[in-house]
Amino acid sequence: MTTTSAGPHVHGLGEPYKRKEDARFIRGKGNYVDDIQLPGMLYADIVRSPYAHALIKSIDISKALQVPGVVAVITGKDLEAAGLAWMPTLSGDSEAVLAVDRVLYQMQEVAFVVAESRYAAADGAAAVEVDYDPLPVVVDPHKALAPDAPLLRPDKKDRQPTNQIYHWETGDRAATDAAFAEAEQNGVVVRQDMYVPRIHPAPIETCGCVADYNAATGKLTVWMTSQAPHAHRTLFAIVSGLPEHRIRVISPDVGGGFGNKVPIYPGYVCAVVAALKTGRPVKWIEDRTENLTSTGFARDYHIHAEIAADKEGTVKALRVYTLADHGAFDAAAQPTKFPAGLFHICTGSYDFKHAHVAVDAVHTNKAPGGIAYRCSFRVTEASYLIERMMDTLAREVGKDPAEIRLQNFIKPEAFPYRSALGWTYDSGNYERALRLAMEKIGYEELRREQAEKRARGELMGIGISSFTEIVGAGPGKHFDIAGIQMFDSCEIRVHPTGKVLARIGVQTQGQGHETTFAQIIAAELGISPDDVDVEHGDTDTAPYGLGTYASRSTPVGGAATAVAARKIRDKARKIAAYLLEVGEEDLEWEPGRFYVRGSPSKGKTIQEIAFAAYTNCPPYLEPGLEAVNYYDPPNLTYPFGSYICVVDIDRGTGEVHIRRFLAVDDCGTVINPMIVEGQIHGGLTQGLAPALYEQLAYDEDGNVLGSNFQDYLIPTAMETPRWETARTVTPSPHHPIGAKGVGESPTVGAPQAIANAVVDALAHVGVRHIDIPITPWKVWAILKEKGLATA
Amino acid sequence: MSIHHIRVTINGKLYEGDVEARTLLVHWLRDSLRLTGTHIGCDTSSCGACTILVDGKAVKSCTMLAVQADGRELLTVEGLEQNGKLHPLQEGFHVEHALQCGYCTPGMMMAALALLKRNPDPSEQEIREGISGNLCRCTGYVNIVKAIQYAAQKLREPQPEQVPAGSGGGGE
Repeated sequence: MTTTSAGPHVHGLGEPYKRKEDARFIRGKGNYVDDIQLPGMLYADIVRSPYAHALIKSIDISKALQVPGVVAVITGKDLEAAGLAWMPTLSGDSEAVLAVDRVLYQMQEVAFVVAESRYAAADGAAAVEVDYDPLPVVVDPHKALAPDAPLLRPDKKDRQPTNQIYHWETGDRAATDAAFAEAEQNGVVVRQDMYVPRIHPAPIETCGCVADYNAATGKLTVWMTSQAPHAHRTLFAIVSGLPEHRIRVISPDVGGGFGNKVPIYPGYVCAVVAALKTGRPVKWIEDRTENLTSTGFARDYHIHAEIAADKEGTVKALRVYTLADHGAFDAAAQPTKFPAGLFHICTGSYDFKHAHVAVDAVHTNKAPGGIAYRCSFRVTEASYLIERMMDTLAREVGKDPAEIRLQNFIKPEAFPYRSALGWTYDSGNYERALRLAMEKIGYEELRREQAEKRARGELMGIGISSFTEIVGAGPGKHFDIAGIQMFDSCEIRVHPTGKVLARIGVQTQGQGHETTFAQIIAAELGISPDDVDVEHGDTDTAPYGLGTYASRSTPVGGAATAVAARKIRDKARKIAAYLLEVGEEDLEWEPGRFYVRGSPSKGKTIQEIAFAAYTNCPPYLEPGLEAVNYYDPPNLTYPFGSYICVVDIDRGTGEVHIRRFLAVDDCGTVINPMIVEGQIHGGLTQGLAPALYEQLAYDEDGNVLGSNFQDYLIPTAMETPRWETARTVTPSPHHPIGAKGVGESPTVGAPQAIANAVVDALAHVGVRHIDIPITPWKVWAILKEKGLATA
Repeated sequence: MSIHHIRVTINGKLYEGDVEARTLLVHWLRDSLRLTGTHIGCDTSSCGACTILVDGKAVKSCTMLAVQADGRELLTVEGLEQNGKLHPLQEGFHVEHALQCGYCTPGMMMAALALLKRNPDPSEQEIREGISGNLCRCTGYVNIVKAIQYAAQKLREPQPEQVPAGSGGGGE
């Protein structure tokens, strides 16, 4: 591990404290949504469309109502009568809760059946008869804008009749074009089309909820798989008209989220409607096929990228055009001012003087989504394109991929750095991260080995990804979800005996907040993390927050927690001064204790001060020792890293074997290195997945081809390499403890390291690009074409 | 739908109940017996979140009917801890940080237990093969492998008071 400036020093951070939350999980005593069972609870099942595009001629529920155990069947027409057939998406579109007269994608929700048991609900769903009239299907987004394309959303009456959702561009087009004209004359221009395929977060726990309405008190309680319980409560209030203080959303233990559990899905809304209608609690739990085929997909960007450079390979300008497939409804989970999310971080770690990005988004007959899958709003797509393009540029000018990166990195002294597309990078040292990665993996030696192997006809590749992330949204004035500013919060209560309860506005799906946030408070107050319990996910008790996604927990929620703890310490100083009968300015702080300057034996521990706050409080202070902070970050944070991947390719099968993968990450100050490393391992595996295995493909009729775990290939322990990790530390200058967030960096940075390694293995025969997922079939076809296949 | 009366020993305790012939074992465990530590993550027997031991062998309980469990001995995650002492696998998963969201953890530990019963001293490759029927989306498996190595080591050490792991019994 390499460290530079110490940053803001906080005692106790950086320790691999074992997780507090493990105790319940290793005993099978977690409390996930499907574990909740209420008296009289009904179970739900959803009738879904087999067609990707069709008119609904009729729905006959009579036979379903005859099925033993079936209590009610809700259709789109029932919802329409109640004004609930449509709900707002996070991108300002309207999405059908249950289809009323047409379906727009396979597996769209058509009817909601509630019954006394899971099995009866499934029987009832099977007995609902729907008569469809199939319509022409638009699967290829390139054809969605053709003049003769079927219009998919006639319900959007406020717009021109088109399948286009938006056209968005940013950057200086004229300056960028001029730089390209110059490069065409006197430098080099490289171009590449690439597709970042549609994939799915696929947490092992699917989505679901239990909705319970108490008619006597008028209170609705919804236990749901939610990464953003407060935002969901507000949206429920707006959509349903129920008073917000009578809605309680509880996100209990959540079995992985990765962005999948940010949007509101029709099943949640229907469960609430069914609970209101039947007067009984209603549980709805997706099965895996429903999860993969109908809830928030990610990526699906068709990208054309171009770099203008001088003859030496020094970059001048970046030009990007992207066609974004958003599916039937625009349910992309983006901050509302950023239709393509933070895609314009695509200049990456490199010092481009000019850049221009344009994105067209279209509707197709596919499931809605465009969620930020372990990624801060389209950063993965951006990082993939620039890291692939830097390799392409390296080939063009005949330089090593490492050399082209070192040549073009933003220099450490340039921070804070203003990018051509308007971002202000907080801190970074990209060269140090790459040099450390090269040294640790033995880069020069690997290149020698590759040359020897190539001479023998063996295929070995080395791929680099020197990514820059952008995470931690807010600031609230720029970033919002459905209008709510992206701040976050923490409330701390120090009990009279010095034990602490903290409640936070972010929510954990495995990130370990109950441990790391306890460590932040423990470090600020000089107590043990064991003495701090952290609660989250219950909107009746936790302070309002925007939730956990886009790596924002530590940058925003962690900052709120540190600031709230400092407020506690400030009040503790006042109380200590009173108890010790000295001025506040005469006190020194050491972890856990204030003492009188010059008389170290004369002091008060934080526990003694806490007791006094309730038993002997200064008359000029409010009693008690509590604090709240709502933190609106002044800027985003910019974690970064350099990954190097080594692959061997089987010339007989086309199979790619990852021999080594080294990840050097820099997420600023590290709270818990054990948890950070665990996050990196997991994120890398979710970067490996789309690089080699996962894709939600559709056939020409709009049938989903990756609808279960037999066809949608999540890496097992057999495919996943033994990840190697290392770290540099470049603290964020604006975060209270210098932390930047880490959960998503590896998912953002890894795919292109693997893709670059495979292309590198085949570069000598003229291969410049292979679209991910790089399946054995794709590689074998290239080997065959190039005369390299041995079988 | 025919109803069947079954008697099953789970974690050393006898359970009886009437089940529909089609009831999956995992639903009986979770919904009727409230042993909710065994989870469900897919519909195709791919993810292994529902893994338990049936007569000492790892079985995906979503792939077995409750009636098929009649007369058998089951061990679920709830039966791993003995007399307030964590099983070495539970200890290993905690110490080596082999879990994040915790959802795959019970099934992963049960698959590992079956592996260690067959092969008390597995290589890394054998461990990876042994858990290849169990999906984890959070950890990247590196620390799960370490946790199983930790448990294997601990189980091989003489443990005078330790009940042999995964004997199918235990509990009361």
